[in-house]
Amino acid sequence: MGVGKLWRGISPGDGRNDAGRLPRLRGRYSAWSLFRHGLTGEDWPLVWRSHELKPSYDVVIIGAGVHGLAVAYYLARNHGIRDVAVLDRGYLGGGNSGRNTAIVRSNYITPEGVRFYNRSVKLYEQLAAELNFNVMFSQLGHLTLAHTDSSLRTMRWRAEVNKLEGVRSEVIDPREIKRLVPYLDVSPNVRYPILGALYHVPGGIIRHDAVNWGYARGVDAQGVQIHQKTEVTGIDVEEGRVAAVRTSRGRIATRCVLNCTAGWSSVVAAMAGVTLPIVTYPLQAAVTEPVRYFLGAVVVSGTLHVYVSQTDRGELVFGASVDPFASYSTRGSLEFTEELAGQILELMPSIAKVRLVRQWAGLCDMTPDFSPVMGVTPVEGFHVDVGWGTYGFKAGPVSGEAMAQLVASGRTPELIAPFSLSRFSQGQLVGEKGAASVGH
Amino acid sequence: MILVPCPHCGPRNASEFRWCGEVKPRPDSNRATPEQWRDYLYLKSNAAGWITETWYHREGCGRYFRTERHTLTNKIRVTVDGGKPEPAVAETGAGASGRR
Repeated sequence: MGVGKLWRGISPGDGRNDAGRLPRLRGRYSAWSLFRHGLTGEDWPLVWRSHELKPSYDVVIIGAGVHGLAVAYYLARNHGIRDVAVLDRGYLGGGNSGRNTAIVRSNYITPEGVRFYNRSVKLYEQLAAELNFNVMFSQLGHLTLAHTDSSLRTMRWRAEVNKLEGVRSEVIDPREIKRLVPYLDVSPNVRYPILGALYHVPGGIIRHDAVNWGYARGVDAQGVQIHQKTEVTGIDVEEGRVAAVRTSRGRIATRCVLNCTAGWSSVVAAMAGVTLPIVTYPLQAAVTEPVRYFLGAVVVSGTLHVYVSQTDRGELVFGASVDPFASYSTRGSLEFTEELAGQILELMPSIAKVRLVRQWAGLCDMTPDFSPVMGVTPVEGFHVDVGWGTYGFKAGPVSGEAMAQLVASGRTPELIAPFSLSRFSQGQLVGEKGAASVGH
Repeated sequence: MILVPCPHCGPRNASEFRWCGEVKPRPDSNRATPEQWRDYLYLKSNAAGWITETWYHREGCGRYFRTERHTLTNKIRVTVDGGKPEPAVAETGAGASGRR
């Protein structure tokens, strides 16, 4: 599927690409271009280029995942700031942006959270057209099951908060659930009977790699440089202000640094002398062999610590709660698959014969209140877009837009003001534990 | 997962334990300011390397003890004093997870 071609831009610092035959990058994808390439058989232009590292940039973004790329994209598009370098230790979208379970939703519990993620859903809805790149956003609906009276109460609360913010969510009964997802066992003769569900209409799944690649293409087309395999080794702070970023490929002088590194955010922040309220936990996920399309919606069960969706290719993608202790290791465990299998079969006994083909883990930067940390830090010029825990991918576009606004204007946009780092020293936490993920 | 070396029961599967988080010195309760308490509660080193941490053997001996663990490789060993916990650490049980 053309991955090899996308990645030809990966070799850092050979410089040849800059001068060479790549300026055709800006060509738009269209039915006509598909027809023309089909006739001529010529190579598709590269989706992004690699560059020599310059000695200085206006803005350095650490982490070329969806968050870093989205900030770079909106900095260039909305604010005309193009002297930007996006650095990544590995390859583009190789961290959590390529490891998440690709669910997009906005059915949170605090008004701040709902407003924020609703903006993100709106941006995702327009993203394919905006980036001229098919991000395969399927808004097939999102069901959060309630197995107890207390969780049903929380679902009602969430539904009301959502409606007040103009987001389509409602509580539905088991009969309605059965109609939407016929394969769910809604009978009362199970250990955890399904009492109802929060039905979030605009929720769905997206192709996460396509989002990364689409943003990367948009970023590159606007003249912003993406540097893969460029590890940040240190951040120089002079008189309380960022002066430079040291990397495996040389030093970059800059006055503005953005930390968009998800699980590794504490390590990067420590280079600038900033301590974050974050603990990194692995979160495991797994995928089955492809089967015929049968699952009508994304299904989440907090009580059973499991969620499942079916991709456009037909695979079932499962996720669960974070591992029980902090670690930077992304190794999978047998406990995870055993528990997952038990719980998913409680919900859908009919998929017992489907085989799991792969499991993996991503690193979640968990905060004490299950909300992210966005904005300025005590070090001037060092900004953070971290603490995304188990729900970072769905917020990529909106946090990119807001962080770009912060960098360009120097003022924190109202939308992200509740998520500042200083909320912890002021005791102003934004509690999203009830809606941020499963199993907490 | 990993085997946690309980000083009382020997190596046992991590699922028997509750992870209580990194060891962090507790502020003096007579003099600490609210800011110091909030730092103690929320800010974590979250190092990618060796950390000292507390475990609670929930499904075993029911005791708290300390280990040193490398967070990149999950290599784990009991602290040199035999995993002796500070009483204060045992009381707070700071740390997020532990659904098991």
